[in-house]
Amino acid sequence: MSNIPATLKYTESHEWVQDNGDGTVTIGITDHAQEALGDVVFVELPEVGRELALEEEFGVIESVKAASDLYAPLAGEVIAVNESLEDAPESVNESPYDDAWILKMKVADSTDLEKLLDADAYTLLVESEA
Amino acid sequence: MSDSASVQGLKQTALHDLHVEQGAKMVEFAGYAMPVQYPLGVKKEHEHTRAKAGLFDVSHMGQLTLRGENVQAALETLVPTDIVDLPVGMQRYGLFTSDAGGILDDLMIVNGGDHLYVVVNAACKDQDIAHLRVGLPTEIEIEVLNDRALLALQGPLAHAVMQRLAPEVCELTFMHHARVSIEGIECWASRSGYTGEDGFEISVPNADVERFARLLLAEDEVELIGLGARDSLRLEAGLCLYGHDLDTTTTPVEGSLIWALGKVRRHGGEREGGFPGADVILTQVANKDHARKRVGLVAEGRAPVREGAELFDGEGNLIGVVTSGSFGPTYGKPVAMGYVVVAHSALETQLFADVRGRRLPMTVTKMPFVEQRYYRG
Repeated sequence: MSNIPATLKYTESHEWVQDNGDGTVTIGITDHAQEALGDVVFVELPEVGRELALEEEFGVIESVKAASDLYAPLAGEVIAVNESLEDAPESVNESPYDDAWILKMKVADSTDLEKLLDADAYTLLVESEA
Repeated sequence: MSDSASVQGLKQTALHDLHVEQGAKMVEFAGYAMPVQYPLGVKKEHEHTRAKAGLFDVSHMGQLTLRGENVQAALETLVPTDIVDLPVGMQRYGLFTSDAGGILDDLMIVNGGDHLYVVVNAACKDQDIAHLRVGLPTEIEIEVLNDRALLALQGPLAHAVMQRLAPEVCELTFMHHARVSIEGIECWASRSGYTGEDGFEISVPNADVERFARLLLAEDEVELIGLGARDSLRLEAGLCLYGHDLDTTTTPVEGSLIWALGKVRRHGGEREGGFPGADVILTQVANKDHARKRVGLVAEGRAPVREGAELFDGEGNLIGVVTSGSFGPTYGKPVAMGYVVVAHSALETQLFADVRGRRLPMTVTKMPFVEQRYYRG
């Protein structure tokens, strides 16, 4: 069973979102997503300053076997990206919720956060896909 | 992301239950439910095969025997391979060609003495069998060996494993073949494989294959390896995957497979021509007037360049396409093979691959990417 921290929010496309409480969020992919992808060899990051629309494709995670698109869970501006993923993409497999955060964004409309899945809803989604 | 492809209603190999028991992720491949990976994961399975010994179930491939008067000469009418001179107990790589000079499938051919033993690709096997029935004289008997499974044991320690189970098999050198009894199981073993490593391909009756696989798995060096790692291993070894790197629109010359054309079947040879598409193929060999060519490609950085990526020259002209591509776990860089116009096919030529709208530099590079370690004695 994959790890689904209760403190985070989730998307149906398997990103996690951490509300930093200051109008910004941190985003990554879930433990379930990294397991399904397998060994990650490359993460394509967006540029800092880019404005993302809700559900806009902003990057790609590639494993040995496949590529998987990343989608913006919220609308907003990218304020930081995790450049350490360029040299250590395998940290997505090893530490999906900590070391392998992908980007931080300034949220355009914080009420959108409430539309994301909570841990219980995401657990149900993962179980329904199994 | 969808991670559970439906495997309902698919054909199964005789090792299906073992794969499931071992935690394999099963996917559809050529109409079969096949293990794409085990809990170890694609990258570690790849590395294990390069370091120790990997066990692959390739029972989805078609195994056939051909018997009858002059069967070797008869098969030569369908392939540009030298089969008449293939010694008993030896295996050779061959191609079924079309009248237009394209490749219908690639195959392995063993001279078994009173018969030929042939292994063809899973996705092509029905069409290959039909092609043989139409193309060979009626007195040649074609037997489809649906009762046999096929395993490959690959890696630098494969021989150490076989030394314990069947030392006589270790006397075979690359592309040699023998029938041996291992723990009472009637095995047909070749010193060959599709990973670039030393190893064996072993045909085993379905009824015995699970016991045989468990015998191998009981050895410390051996891990089950799925199709995912099989693909990255063969790509690093510069070996083609039919339907991707070779197809009916590709001639053996374009596919950089001139070496697979028997010398005696070429211009000036003792048995020149006499296979489908010979005029097209032999003219290309002589005039080197083919428009495109299969090459190896290496990208800088880490982004894999996958099948279908278009290739451009420095001026932005479209000059080719990638047919297989992945991150090479052993090579440590993204590797690919693809077709480019001949003018851009020289080693060290720099090209650009379109990956999601960005142009990533790639360099035409000699294959294999990882040195082949076949045992030649």
